[in-house]
Amino acid sequence: MIAMLIRRLIQAALVMLVVAFISFSLFQFVGDPINNMVGQEASQQDRAELRERLGLNDPIPVQFVRFVGNALQGEFGISYRMARPVSEVILERLPATLELALVSGVLAISLGIGLGVYTALRRDGWLSHFIMSSSLIGVSLPTFLIGILLIFVFSVELQWLPSFGRGETVQITENWSTGLLTTSGWKSLILPAITLGLFQLTLLMRLVRAEMLEVLRTDYIKFARARGIKQRSIHFHHALKNTLLPVITIAGLQLGSIIAFAIITETVFQWPGVGLLFINAIRFVDIPFMSAYLLLIALVFVVINLIVDLLYFAVDPRLRVTKRSASR
Amino acid sequence: MTEALLSVRDLVVEFPKRKTKLTALDKVSFDIHPGEILGMVGESGAGKSLTGAAIIGLLEPPGHVASGEIWLKDQRIDQLPYEQMRRLRGKRIAMIFQDPLTSLNPILTIADQLIETIQTHLPLNDKDARARAIQLLDEVGIPAASKRIDDYPHQFSGGMRQRVVIALALAGEPELIIADEPTTALDVSVQAQIIDVLKRMCHEHKTAVMLVTHDMGVIAEACDRVAVMYAGRIAEIGEVRQIVKHPQHPYTQGLMGSIPSIAERVDRLTQIPGSMPRLDAIPSGCAFNPRCTQKIARCTQDRPELIATELGRVSCWLYDGETP
Repeated sequence: MIAMLIRRLIQAALVMLVVAFISFSLFQFVGDPINNMVGQEASQQDRAELRERLGLNDPIPVQFVRFVGNALQGEFGISYRMARPVSEVILERLPATLELALVSGVLAISLGIGLGVYTALRRDGWLSHFIMSSSLIGVSLPTFLIGILLIFVFSVELQWLPSFGRGETVQITENWSTGLLTTSGWKSLILPAITLGLFQLTLLMRLVRAEMLEVLRTDYIKFARARGIKQRSIHFHHALKNTLLPVITIAGLQLGSIIAFAIITETVFQWPGVGLLFINAIRFVDIPFMSAYLLLIALVFVVINLIVDLLYFAVDPRLRVTKRSASR
Repeated sequence: MTEALLSVRDLVVEFPKRKTKLTALDKVSFDIHPGEILGMVGESGAGKSLTGAAIIGLLEPPGHVASGEIWLKDQRIDQLPYEQMRRLRGKRIAMIFQDPLTSLNPILTIADQLIETIQTHLPLNDKDARARAIQLLDEVGIPAASKRIDDYPHQFSGGMRQRVVIALALAGEPELIIADEPTTALDVSVQAQIIDVLKRMCHEHKTAVMLVTHDMGVIAEACDRVAVMYAGRIAEIGEVRQIVKHPQHPYTQGLMGSIPSIAERVDRLTQIPGSMPRLDAIPSGCAFNPRCTQKIARCTQDRPELIATELGRVSCWLYDGETP
């Protein structure tokens, strides 16, 4: 258990180091950072001085080590566009993105599993057929179109829900503001959360359904039926756990992409999160911000994968070390 | 003879297809008496396993019992609603499947699976149910049962798992166990042990067994009577000794003749020419007639019913008119 954890942690660190290298190379290859920093009137000498001061004349490995060292301390330099430390800007915007991702993640996982199990158990019911057909919409329509359609129906036509922004927020700590404590905050959250989570919801639902049908055909379920085990226990005790094993991996990855790809939803709904900031950063070639964002998303995926691995370990007894060996 | 525990009468199982229907079991009739071990032999697809599934009410849709009756003592069980049938499964009729590696739920401990089964059928609290579970494991020959009960299936070998499966099947003290090829997936040295355990347990608990297999060795070893199936019909049924020594139906004769014997050396094993017909192309009259070497004119026209002879009961026109 401990050995596995250490191995996984080393792997995670390696992945992060590779991503850090890519982030770092952004500075080297996407234009000359000095050009972005100094004004047009700067003389050749000013440029050379700045170059020396920023350490850009040092050998590349030295610069990379410095970059990693700074990143470990949360130092990603100054945003070109906003002239503020990148870490400060990200911390300020992160709560909005995390809240959105959390709500749509919970929505996608709970409804995805619930509806998946329902459609598997009531395979021939009309409601199941209806859910399955409409889930095709979620799988096939692009996110931005779903967002725009939702805005059109619920904000423009029905005028029930706001079409953009976060609504009122409550400041919890200096950097942490939440919209989850106000009615207008929740109202603003509904449409973006559905937009962001719909694809993952339908994907999970179809996956759970397929897995559940597969499990219900296995010998151990037949044997459980032949022993007279109650229907309810067969479905939710014997079958569901086996169904969810392979689903954990996909759910973890989907959760990661919910955070990473919030960009589109945040743009459609003008949600003041990190993703929206990232779009603007690209427009302005704000390299420090882009590289920090890249690292952040990589970190999210690595952490989620680590959690998924640990979850597997907790759920699947076959992965745990056998105490007594099998005997005939 | 005592009253039959299980009576199957003219059982017909059909699988509807788009326009036609396939008749997988065609008028199968037999009895199993209390404490008796009845063997079911036949080629793959003869309908042995299907008969078992029909009795315990676990036919895979769209397969269904189209006609005929199944009686468990004086209760008719082929038309019971789901919930009543569920109460009966495990409690009065249990079933053992072919592959012990896939019969046990991989993520529940043996204790979980045994105790739940026991408590489904017997009014025991957790502690008593656990004690009974350990006792059952002990009886089927699992060493250190009280320790191993909390293990997961993957921590047991194939033979040990089949012992656990037998314990699970016996958990509700059933009167009949349908064992569907319980040893086919095991290696030969373990097969004998498992058959032994099954025989001993059923003898001690006075449980009747319907032993589905295509291994004549297992039949000769374990069974009291044997039914030979061919193309969804019973070809011959009788005492094991009679069937092995004096097979009457030409199919049974071919089946017995195809078993190699150690006593004489042969270069080529004998076999029955041809193969069993597909369900949608069963010939009229006797299903075996195209492959039969002793065919008479009547065989292609009329279907033979089971005819009682002095050695058993056989569905073959050659024995028509003989008085038992």
